[in-house]
Amino acid sequence: MIEQRPAPYTDVAPSAAVSAAAGGGPGRRRRHVLDLDDYAPAEIEEVLSTAEAMRGILARPIKKVPTLRGRTVVTLFYEASTRTRVSFEMAAKALGADTVNISASGSSVEKGESLLDTVRTLRALGADTVVMRHKSAGAPYLVASEINASVINAGDGWHAHPSQALLDLFTVRSHLGRLDGLKVVLLGDVLHSRVARSNLWGFTHMGAQVVLCGPPTLLPPASFGCDGLPWPATVEYRVDRALEGADVVMALRLQTERQAAGLLPSVREYVHQYGLTEERLAMAKPGALVMHPGPMNEGIEIDTAVARGVQSVIEEQVTNGVAVRMALLYLLSGLSADQARGA
Amino acid sequence: MARIRLTGGRVIDPASGLDDVTDLVLDEGVVKGLSRGSGSADGETVLDVSGYVVAPGFVDLHTHLREPGFEDMESLRSGTRAAAAGGFTTVCAMPDTSPTTDTGSDVEALLRMARRDAVVRVLPVGTVTKHREGRELSEMADMAEAGAVAFTDSGRMVKTGALMRRALEYTLLTGLPIADHVEDPDIAGGGVMNEGPTATRLGLRGVPHEAEEVAVARDLALARLTGGRLHLAHLSTAGSIGLLGRAREQGLAVSAEVTPHHLTLTDAAVAGSESGRLYDANARVSPPLRTLEDAEALLQGLREGVIDCIATDHAPHRIIDKNCEFDDAAPGISGLETAFGLLMRLVHAGRLDLATLIAALTVRPSRVWGLPYGTLARGAPGDLVVLDPAQAWTVDPGRFLSKGKNTPLAGQTLRGAVLLTVVNGTVVYRNGL
Repeated sequence: MIEQRPAPYTDVAPSAAVSAAAGGGPGRRRRHVLDLDDYAPAEIEEVLSTAEAMRGILARPIKKVPTLRGRTVVTLFYEASTRTRVSFEMAAKALGADTVNISASGSSVEKGESLLDTVRTLRALGADTVVMRHKSAGAPYLVASEINASVINAGDGWHAHPSQALLDLFTVRSHLGRLDGLKVVLLGDVLHSRVARSNLWGFTHMGAQVVLCGPPTLLPPASFGCDGLPWPATVEYRVDRALEGADVVMALRLQTERQAAGLLPSVREYVHQYGLTEERLAMAKPGALVMHPGPMNEGIEIDTAVARGVQSVIEEQVTNGVAVRMALLYLLSGLSADQARGA
Repeated sequence: MARIRLTGGRVIDPASGLDDVTDLVLDEGVVKGLSRGSGSADGETVLDVSGYVVAPGFVDLHTHLREPGFEDMESLRSGTRAAAAGGFTTVCAMPDTSPTTDTGSDVEALLRMARRDAVVRVLPVGTVTKHREGRELSEMADMAEAGAVAFTDSGRMVKTGALMRRALEYTLLTGLPIADHVEDPDIAGGGVMNEGPTATRLGLRGVPHEAEEVAVARDLALARLTGGRLHLAHLSTAGSIGLLGRAREQGLAVSAEVTPHHLTLTDAAVAGSESGRLYDANARVSPPLRTLEDAEALLQGLREGVIDCIATDHAPHRIIDKNCEFDDAAPGISGLETAFGLLMRLVHAGRLDLATLIAALTVRPSRVWGLPYGTLARGAPGDLVVLDPAQAWTVDPGRFLSKGKNTPLAGQTLRGAVLLTVVNGTVVYRNGL
């Protein structure tokens, strides 16, 4: 099949010879995207500006370039996902890569194949990049240490979801023009949230002030207080105080299992105490952004009117996810950012 | 049995307070005595150990040998060879085998297998409750008669306070301690590492210090109630030392051990402080590695005698049980062969003196469990070790004699090596001497 080339078009051949600055900050090239903890602000900037170029590609009538033609991106999902998996797949396809999607059900995982054997098999079949989601924190690190392919963490247990945090940074910056000095509230079940952890790294690296707000049972262990947090963030149990003067409010998904696990008296009380309503949103700065990583429980952690309101950028988060993931795939491929813009 | 003379070594025997350069002679499998500069008799093997330390063989109160049942993890043969390489001449075999060591005949069977396969002395430890299930007491009196030296539900706390009370009462008959794995499983809540900032950062479920301290408090209260003989396995928190110290002041018959890894490592090892690998499953252990403050308190407890002794909690695992997702990794460290080198970090740092370390590995564990080992007194079993406290070596799990290659110390350089191990007058390990 002959691919239709969008114009203007510059052919970019995959090449191992890459500029030193591409993808890994000064002097090194990143091979994996596992978390944002080791991203310097300049490298985050690079992802965001590359994503800007990718958004340009997605705005074209034919949303496809052949930059990663001949490369294979495998999505390996041990947990259910709609938006993240599809977003990575669309990003890979927009860059011309071949994609293969594997989920735990229907694969040899059901026959008891170990994670490492599965990824070794994928590598032997020719995967260049493995985008993976797994219930155990750290699983992508294990994979990255064992196989000769790039690994992108698309969510590991409670630990990290770096592409989500990057798309959140991208979305905030495109609305508010900056990240530095903003007050960002992460509201709800921070304890079990990989989105919260990656956003804590992302926002604090970029100079934002992060406030964690939720019931004490759903925040990192209180016995250690704020001093026990690995991020320069503050904790506020009372939602009204947390929201005061906020530029960004991100509601986190509340798993209803938390009630059965004894962490909440009832979902009803949670909604009463922490649900993001229009009334509460009014405590934040006028025009504060409302975000949610999805999937939402409307009427629980976020009121429908707020989720669909003028301050909500929730759908835009999803849209931006494709551009940000294109940027990550691109930067990992070892081609320079200039070449990306030319693509 | 051959007569062995070790000449010119610095002999440290904490049992007698000896620390002097002298010759040591073993004959007929027992310590014959010390002699300074006397000539050697015919037919004796003479080893020049000048510049090295001669000490009683180490005694480990907490060793998972895995046999019977889990010979793919360790066997009596591989485990005791590893013990010999680590300087241990006596190891107390944990009962979490398959079948578990529940009866007098289980103890006899283990001793029989050990006579066939073991290169160091193996002392069986029985279960407190049948199959470690926490429902009915095991036949502890029969096991004691057969040669068990203590009882434990190894890896699990004795499930209920009521059972623990009865078990402690039973020690009044057997005279042998109940060694409890002090961790309240409800509070531990399925955690996989120490609860704290590192767990928060890594997104791993934490085990708070209080999971241990609540269990220690329960057991101490029940020891007070019963007057029974309690031993606390592998303490890991500063709070436990506080509780134990107060109990000792009240004269309770309680003893306690600490592992080399809890004295020297922290939960940063899970984030790669030793191996350079984030989520290093080889640093997953139960109880979990704690904080620097805890390690400090444990060391102080050991120095001051609040903690009686060091025990390895040697826990060998198969590679596939470690090279997997952290949540799924089996807890435990293969520790026999690194124990001395790792502990010497404390000596080289000037935080523990060599004689105290040797005491904590020899006479102190022997005394707390009433064993006649860990001493170089004339007539004592001829168990000894020759050590080079300065020799640097790099940990290569591929060269372990243990089947368990699971250590967070791979690639680390340790200073302190075992050169010779002798059990009952027979050389069982020799390394460059």
